[in-house]
Amino acid sequence: MTQIIVVTSGKGGVGKTTSSAAIATGLALQGHKTVVIDFDIGLRNLDLIMGCERRVVYDFVNVINGEANLNQALIKDKRCSNLYVLPASQTRDKDALTKEGVGKVLDDLAKDFEYIICDSPAGIEQGAMMALYFADVAIVTTNPEVSSVRDSDRILGMLQSRSRRAEQNLEPIKEFLLLTRYSPARAKTGEMLSVEDVEEILAIKLLGVIPESQAVLKASNSGVPVIVDQESDAGLAYSDTVERLLGKDVPLRFIEEEKKGFLKRIFGS
Amino acid sequence: MSKPNVELKATSFTLSVLYINHPSIDVVSQELDKKLAQAPQFFLGAPLILNLSAINQSEIDIAELKQCLSDKQLIIVGITDANDALAKQAKNCGLAVVKSGKQAPQPQLPKRDTKIVKQNVRSGQQIYAKDSDLVVFGAVGNGAEVIADGSIHIYGALRGKAMAGAGGDNNSIIIASQLQAELVSIAGQYWLAEHLQQYQIEKRGCVRLSGDTLLVESLPE
Repeated sequence: MTQIIVVTSGKGGVGKTTSSAAIATGLALQGHKTVVIDFDIGLRNLDLIMGCERRVVYDFVNVINGEANLNQALIKDKRCSNLYVLPASQTRDKDALTKEGVGKVLDDLAKDFEYIICDSPAGIEQGAMMALYFADVAIVTTNPEVSSVRDSDRILGMLQSRSRRAEQNLEPIKEFLLLTRYSPARAKTGEMLSVEDVEEILAIKLLGVIPESQAVLKASNSGVPVIVDQESDAGLAYSDTVERLLGKDVPLRFIEEEKKGFLKRIFGS
Repeated sequence: MSKPNVELKATSFTLSVLYINHPSIDVVSQELDKKLAQAPQFFLGAPLILNLSAINQSEIDIAELKQCLSDKQLIIVGITDANDALAKQAKNCGLAVVKSGKQAPQPQLPKRDTKIVKQNVRSGQQIYAKDSDLVVFGAVGNGAEVIADGSIHIYGALRGKAMAGAGGDNNSIIIASQLQAELVSIAGQYWLAEHLQQYQIEKRGCVRLSGDTLLVESLPE
């Protein structure tokens, strides 16, 4: 049974595309056939993060309009044979996404893939609505600051009211919180909301906490999903996140300050 | 627009009611004379309603009774609490058959339902419980709005806006297990977060209207 996972947030710049790329790669590395779709029509980024920008010929909108077939548009990842990217169109806008068109493409992909990751654009307009409409699972990417948390709350409301599952009265979308750009030291001094604060406000299951890391920017610029960098704490945190998404119980890491966190991990807290 | 020459408006008046407890007009007349003698000016030309609840069937002639009372300078405007036969007689004499406030059917109270929301109310969502109380089992997030014509009970945190008594019901209240609202309002009287913070009720609180001002009370844990 194919799972459609939307990575969404409401607010821009919180790490949706980074997370989509990392989670899709993580699932593929675990042996699951995965496709990641860029829904950010007009502001195409996912291909850069995935390092396949030079191989884009046809895109998502071409497929929806019947100008190309899926096999022509899907780009196979060069690192992992289970992973495919469906890039966005850079020359169109979000209105090119129609419910029927997107639904048909997802149906076709579901025949071949175990996981379909939808990288949502920011905002709550057409693009974001189309990305979340067909979802079975939502990963709500949130930074530990108030505006991001509020926007995430808004998106959670949309998931509960505007998605296919809500409209057809099916079992609701499974919602998960992915807290990104977390800095334990700053949370401790109260500069940043803590994991507990965000969990309390949004009241959904925590899927992972990704620490603020230099490795993320480096990975983005070099077109390698950060999860591949298993030297970095962000890469490891994404690996844990993927494990949890697959239903395994993995303890949280990188949520305490470096030294103390290490001791606490050993002696338990 | 010029004022119409005829207008129909409803106004309440307080009228004296004369209870006729004996079917014999002579007996009634004698007793009434004694009463009138005590304060003749008070009853002069006073409009009266006759209560005939003590009189059975057609034991009394309404026309005769009316004549008797008119002779004493009393003005009978109608009868009340009479059985059907007497009411019919009264109508024939041009008297109104009126119902006292107690007898009149109670105005139907607006039906008050309860609307239950079993999940968190998220930012940007708006819930309106028309003619109902509203119960939310989850939290009401920042930027969310819950509105009810009746009272609002929130069993999570209230971080957004809550407006109770939207239809003007002063008796509405708001209860939340964490009162961190952006705004609370009851029957149009509202307070913003700034004002609420003076009360420093982060925990369970009740907001209600006392006269014209809002009142915040903490509730026992």
